[in-house]
Amino acid sequence: MTETVTETVGQNTNGAHTPLLQITNLEVGFQTQRGLVPAVRGVSLSLYAGQTLAIVGESGSGKTTTAQAIINLLAGTGKITAGEILFEGRDLTQLSANEMQAVRGRQIGYVPQDPMSNLNPVWNIGYQVEEAIKSNSGLRGRDARQRTIEVLKEAGLSDAEDRLKQFPHQFSGGMRQRVLIGIGLSARPKLLIADEPTSALDVTVQRQILDHLATLTRDYGTSVLFITHDLGLAAERAEQLVVMYQGKVVESGPSQEILADPQHPYTQRLVAAAPSLASRRIQAKKNEDAAAPAIFSAGGTDTALIRRATDRELAASGTDLISVVGITKMYRIRKSGLKYDELLAVNDVSFGVKKGTTTAIVGESGSGKSTVAKLILQLENTTSGRIEFDGRDLAGLKGRELLNFRRRVQPVFQDPYGSLDPQYNVGNTIAEPLLAHKVGSSKERQKRVLELLDQVSLPAATQFRYPSELSGGQRQRIAIARALALKPDVLVLDEAVSALDVLVQGQILNLLTELQSELGLTYLFITHDLAVVRLVADNVCVMQKGRIVEAASTDDVFDNPRELYTQELLAAIPGAHFEFGR
Amino acid sequence: MPSSTQGRQPHFVAALEDTPIVAIDRLDETQKASSTWSDAWDSMRRRPTFWISSALILLVVIVALFPTLFTQTSPTANCLLGNSNGGPEADHPFGFTRQGCDIYARVIFGTQASVTVGLLATVIVTLFGIIVGSLAGYYGGFLDAIVSRIGDIFFAIPTVLGAIVLLSVLPDRSPIVIALVLSIFAWPQIARIMRGAVLSARNSDYVNASVALGVSKFKILIRHVVPNAIAPVIVIATVSLGTFIVAEATLSFLGIGLGGGIMSWGNDISQAQTGIRTAPQVLMYPAAALSVTVLAFLMLGDVVRDALDPQARARR
Repeated sequence: MTETVTETVGQNTNGAHTPLLQITNLEVGFQTQRGLVPAVRGVSLSLYAGQTLAIVGESGSGKTTTAQAIINLLAGTGKITAGEILFEGRDLTQLSANEMQAVRGRQIGYVPQDPMSNLNPVWNIGYQVEEAIKSNSGLRGRDARQRTIEVLKEAGLSDAEDRLKQFPHQFSGGMRQRVLIGIGLSARPKLLIADEPTSALDVTVQRQILDHLATLTRDYGTSVLFITHDLGLAAERAEQLVVMYQGKVVESGPSQEILADPQHPYTQRLVAAAPSLASRRIQAKKNEDAAAPAIFSAGGTDTALIRRATDRELAASGTDLISVVGITKMYRIRKSGLKYDELLAVNDVSFGVKKGTTTAIVGESGSGKSTVAKLILQLENTTSGRIEFDGRDLAGLKGRELLNFRRRVQPVFQDPYGSLDPQYNVGNTIAEPLLAHKVGSSKERQKRVLELLDQVSLPAATQFRYPSELSGGQRQRIAIARALALKPDVLVLDEAVSALDVLVQGQILNLLTELQSELGLTYLFITHDLAVVRLVADNVCVMQKGRIVEAASTDDVFDNPRELYTQELLAAIPGAHFEFGR
Repeated sequence: MPSSTQGRQPHFVAALEDTPIVAIDRLDETQKASSTWSDAWDSMRRRPTFWISSALILLVVIVALFPTLFTQTSPTANCLLGNSNGGPEADHPFGFTRQGCDIYARVIFGTQASVTVGLLATVIVTLFGIIVGSLAGYYGGFLDAIVSRIGDIFFAIPTVLGAIVLLSVLPDRSPIVIALVLSIFAWPQIARIMRGAVLSARNSDYVNASVALGVSKFKILIRHVVPNAIAPVIVIATVSLGTFIVAEATLSFLGIGLGGGIMSWGNDISQAQTGIRTAPQVLMYPAAALSVTVLAFLMLGDVVRDALDPQARARR
């Protein structure tokens, strides 16, 4: 316990029950060409000194806007239209720009979401931290430099002195996020707002950073306002929870209580969809009544699924559809002059995928999992080793044979915003593979497009839309429809659901398993998210630094992980063993 | 933590009626369809500048195509030296040139040459720049190196200077020749922009997706890469149309542009400079026509840029 804590507690003695932050009926709107669009519609919440509160909700629910409104960092045309934000009894909405500046950083710290874009690439780390310290503390010269080193050390960079002169690109994502947390806490603020502070990071790094953040804020008595989409994280790290939906608070209170026993239908839906290690395989059940709120269940025992899994096991023949034997991929990275550095992205990887099954390749960033996908898709050439598809070696496949292979193995990429051509309407996008392989007449292609749209549960009118008009989940469905157009045998799904909200993710996973049993597809599922793997995969390969460290059936890996690395991965999942109320 | 117990908060549940739950990820079918180009059109037609500049450009084009609709007076025949530098009269609203010709008629008939040079040069430069730039950016390697270096060489020569040198040795100086000469020195700008845009479009996921779908490399270039890279080129092309008209006028003013027999604003300005003190109106009218035309194209370019570049739009 440091001095700061005593101070905080001391200030609170005159009103032990006054919250540090109290938001009452906050309304925020964005001015657009069509008038004022409300983003936050009457939000009230309170946060007491030393507490941690998490706001959860899907994208567009207004959670980030609420946080930004507190320190008046609203983007563009955003404006607070009603309500008050009391911070230690002062209404922040009434402050002038100068007064607000004094509050920001000194009293309320902010840790932004994306560590990649929130540090200026042209200044070294030391300069950027020092800049924050100078503007918030009045320290100058050597004192400021000294404090900079302290702050970075507190944030968990042990060799801070040596790293001051380094630039952001020399830091990993986790280290950058530590720097941002250091900056956010440098002035010992009473409140820290952390907007998805770890969603861009690997689970093991996320765990380290959150542990560290928890220690720091406990030591300084800082209150923390988390913005997150991850219910597991909220259950594990926050005492209080606020669930937002369409700009309103639908449920709030003690987080474990809410998550164990959600009351509002939206919260129930959210909790049901949250993939966790406790959950079982996805229950792919068509929603009969589309008008009713689609509360879709991912938990519980599931006869349909078990039957489907048995079907798959029975159908699985002795031979592998895809077999990968000792593949290696080496990248040459140019250094100064004619010298090259060699990077072994994939190192002696072997595995097999049986027809009609789902094999997941799991790993953290840089593990080489996406490179394996590219090699199998023949988007890049292997350095050594062999990939066989349906008994044929893929090496040196050319012309017609390559075209035939492409027809049978289709990819779905991670980024639903990047994988569709923005200038192409949905109908043309889905018809493109048919056109490229000269399948059918234009009338038949048109019919197939409608059929595919129906398979991915989108209305026929969608064919005239452009990608910019669709949500991430809808775009991903279009990408799946396009991949299915040629009736392929295999889909390679590279982080296909990672960028989506939990509910949408659940919906897409459901669709994928449904399509699998309907069409007898084989999936190769590349992901970093173990909880998702548990839901859909039959077999799992865990990759680390270009190698497969563990490969077994899903149940074996999850119930009985042999390798230390797998155990670490499993342990790092936030709220891994929290029993959600379903 | 002692402080965490002090603020134990009640479990609040909102009434369901406050936020009725909608289906997950529902498609809003009431919204009207839109694409990059239809959005751009929506944005443009809301701007008065777009309509003003388009009306002016339309007028200029009509004047260039059908000069006789606007004047019955011949710009060359019936020039009486007695009218030299004369002021406005009935049927001769702008007055007379030094040679005693009707200024209004000369401005009207001069439009054709100026606009032809501008349009022709823009079309040549844009087509050539797009083709060269996209091939260089898309295929890269040796082709890119060669094309980029040749482009750099031409880029280093100022357009007007290069045109002066080249035109001084060419015998025939028709609008087509002037446009070609201007294009020789102006294509690298468009090619560079196109190359950059193609480079970024080439590495996008949708191109990767098309490769994996089995679409051929050249078809991907035509169907996906070029349409996504062309917007900045269109913006520059609109603006450069104005600058080509200026370049023609500059060359004609220097006496090295369009041949003496061809009527153009540049030639008229050139001839009027001798009398600039005594009869400024002779210079003023062709210069004004030139300025208004160029301004119209620049304004249009501005609107097009705002419409095609959403970031520029967001800033206003």
